[in-house]
Amino acid sequence: MGKSLFEKVWDAHAVRELANGQTQLLIGTHLIHEVTSPQAFGMLRDKGLPVMFPHRTFATVDHIVPTNETVEPYSDPLAQGMIEELRKNCADNNVTFFDTNTGRQGIVHIVGPEQGITQPGTTIACGDSHTSTHGAFGAIAFGIGTSQVRDVLATQTIALNELKVRRINVSGKLFPGVYAKDVILHIIRVLGTKGGTGYAYEYAGEVFDNFSMEERMTVCNMSIEGGARAGYVNPDETTFEYLKGRPYAPKASEWEAAVARWASFASDADCKYDDVVDIDAADIQPTVTWGITPSQGVGIGENIPAIEDGLTQSDRDSLAEALEHMSFDGGSPIKGKKIDVAFLGSCTNGRLSDLKEVAQYLKGRHVAEGVKAIVVPGSQIVAKIAEELGLDQIYKDAGFEWRAAGCSMCLAMNPDKLIGNQLCASSSNRNFKGRQGSPTGRTMLMSPLMVAAAAVTGEVSDAREVFGFAEPAMA
Amino acid sequence: MASTPINQVAGKGVYIPGDDIDTDRIIPARFMKCITFDGLGEYLFYDVRKTEDGQDKVHNLNDPRFAGASIIVSGNNFGCGSSREHAPQSIMRAGYNAVIAGSFAEIFFGNSTNLGVVCVTASDADREILKKEIEINPELDITINVEDHKIWFGDQFVPCGIKAGARDSLMSGTYDPLDELLRGADEVAKTISGLSYT
Repeated sequence: MGKSLFEKVWDAHAVRELANGQTQLLIGTHLIHEVTSPQAFGMLRDKGLPVMFPHRTFATVDHIVPTNETVEPYSDPLAQGMIEELRKNCADNNVTFFDTNTGRQGIVHIVGPEQGITQPGTTIACGDSHTSTHGAFGAIAFGIGTSQVRDVLATQTIALNELKVRRINVSGKLFPGVYAKDVILHIIRVLGTKGGTGYAYEYAGEVFDNFSMEERMTVCNMSIEGGARAGYVNPDETTFEYLKGRPYAPKASEWEAAVARWASFASDADCKYDDVVDIDAADIQPTVTWGITPSQGVGIGENIPAIEDGLTQSDRDSLAEALEHMSFDGGSPIKGKKIDVAFLGSCTNGRLSDLKEVAQYLKGRHVAEGVKAIVVPGSQIVAKIAEELGLDQIYKDAGFEWRAAGCSMCLAMNPDKLIGNQLCASSSNRNFKGRQGSPTGRTMLMSPLMVAAAAVTGEVSDAREVFGFAEPAMA
Repeated sequence: MASTPINQVAGKGVYIPGDDIDTDRIIPARFMKCITFDGLGEYLFYDVRKTEDGQDKVHNLNDPRFAGASIIVSGNNFGCGSSREHAPQSIMRAGYNAVIAGSFAEIFFGNSTNLGVVCVTASDADREILKKEIEINPELDITINVEDHKIWFGDQFVPCGIKAGARDSLMSGTYDPLDELLRGADEVAKTISGLSYT
């Protein structure tokens, strides 16, 4: 019987079984950032332990960096303290740091792939739940807590239970105007926020075969919103082509061998999955969340659910809580909700391809009066290339603020925050209460083009209608 | 050096309503601008407890009847969202030793167990009983017996679940795995030498 990619990678990195039955798993590549690593370095200092394999850890700074000021010291002394702490920890321990002056700083999940650090057949851990992003390359990648960051720094391993594998086939072709973001929002809507608990998701089928690496990253990124700690796509020519020539990718002389090795990690045709889910691409609509968990989404043509008979008490309570927080009426159309803020960016949708796709439709259009719109490139490299292509000007002409790289308003650990109960059309990944910095702030998750459509109309809209897609809007 | 074994956790309970209690709810990101976990207890469930101008809301966590509680009872998928250890750290530092929920998000469960914060599951019906009993008598002594999978309160009990590995680690005092991981250094070197990448 064949093996899945997950099993192959797991087996190659399993060091030994621990007394409690967990596996001591080797972490090939460790990524760190300023929020979840300082306490781990502190714990090492307290115990007098060194960083065991410093060349396997890479750092960048993303959560707290302001996107509206680039000169230090930052206005926020706490943010300044955190960047300085990371600088010191990296320097003291010989860890490579893509600092703000390197031209390579950005959101950790954009920097890893961009540098070619993220490679197939590896294990990758980072103190950040969206580490699942790196699974797009056929790596087993997951978020860890700070004590585990300490464990990786000290031993290059963590204690972990093996995951089951659920294959999710998305067959057929997506309609124009339906994006990778809609695919993952749809998957989470179908399987729920805890459906993935205990699983790694293997995303496959025609849709994923045709996806670019950026699109695969968008889907893998939000595996955790579906409860799955890891999600991956089997490596193929698209993967290898993306990695070729990147700074940390194998050099020309080693390339052929590396590709053969990477390809060997792909799931075997006869491997066994713990579960298989089939989804038809034609069922996926541009999807928008209306509530306070990522599974609370509907297609743009649908209504927000109403509190109806037949729901369990727990479902009624959840629905009521979400509707109250969002100030939405159950049963009302999702379309037409007036927005205050449009946020384009994040580790989910802050890549060059996202900015390019939106820019081609945004050209000549303008953000509606009263809407604050910001676009935040996911990395300094994304920003630089976008600026070379003149995308920044398109956004500025359209009334968007063009910002410096960082996590920005995805989680508001920096000056970019919602105020009061502002409603935000957001290309990010979480719509939890308070996520965007105001306890009463409201977030609606959607694809980048849907964010742009909401920005120019001032309300949640069908991007296919707003931007005149040739294909008729599909029901 | 092993930690203190945890066979049971005893204390008063407090009920926090809702499914999908996420880590942003447990500790809002704006309080994570810190380089140690020291002061986090103060910000546990901050936006759940406080209005925007810092006044106490009507909530069990502000109710003096439940002051001194050390066991949280809540809904399904507790701790979903971010991998931030700040969440269980703030729970622990605010004086809570255990969470009883319908289910737990995986990373939160692992982070909590590593700290010795006991996370056990109980059915919707059994948590409903617990919730009612706590409401009637906030002084009720609750004991989570990790060893025999029971939550005792008064003279009754309901069954609870915990992953076998987590249970073993808690009972043997090895829930912080660092020492055991360090002892595997030779095997780690072997696994690294067998890797097909550097």
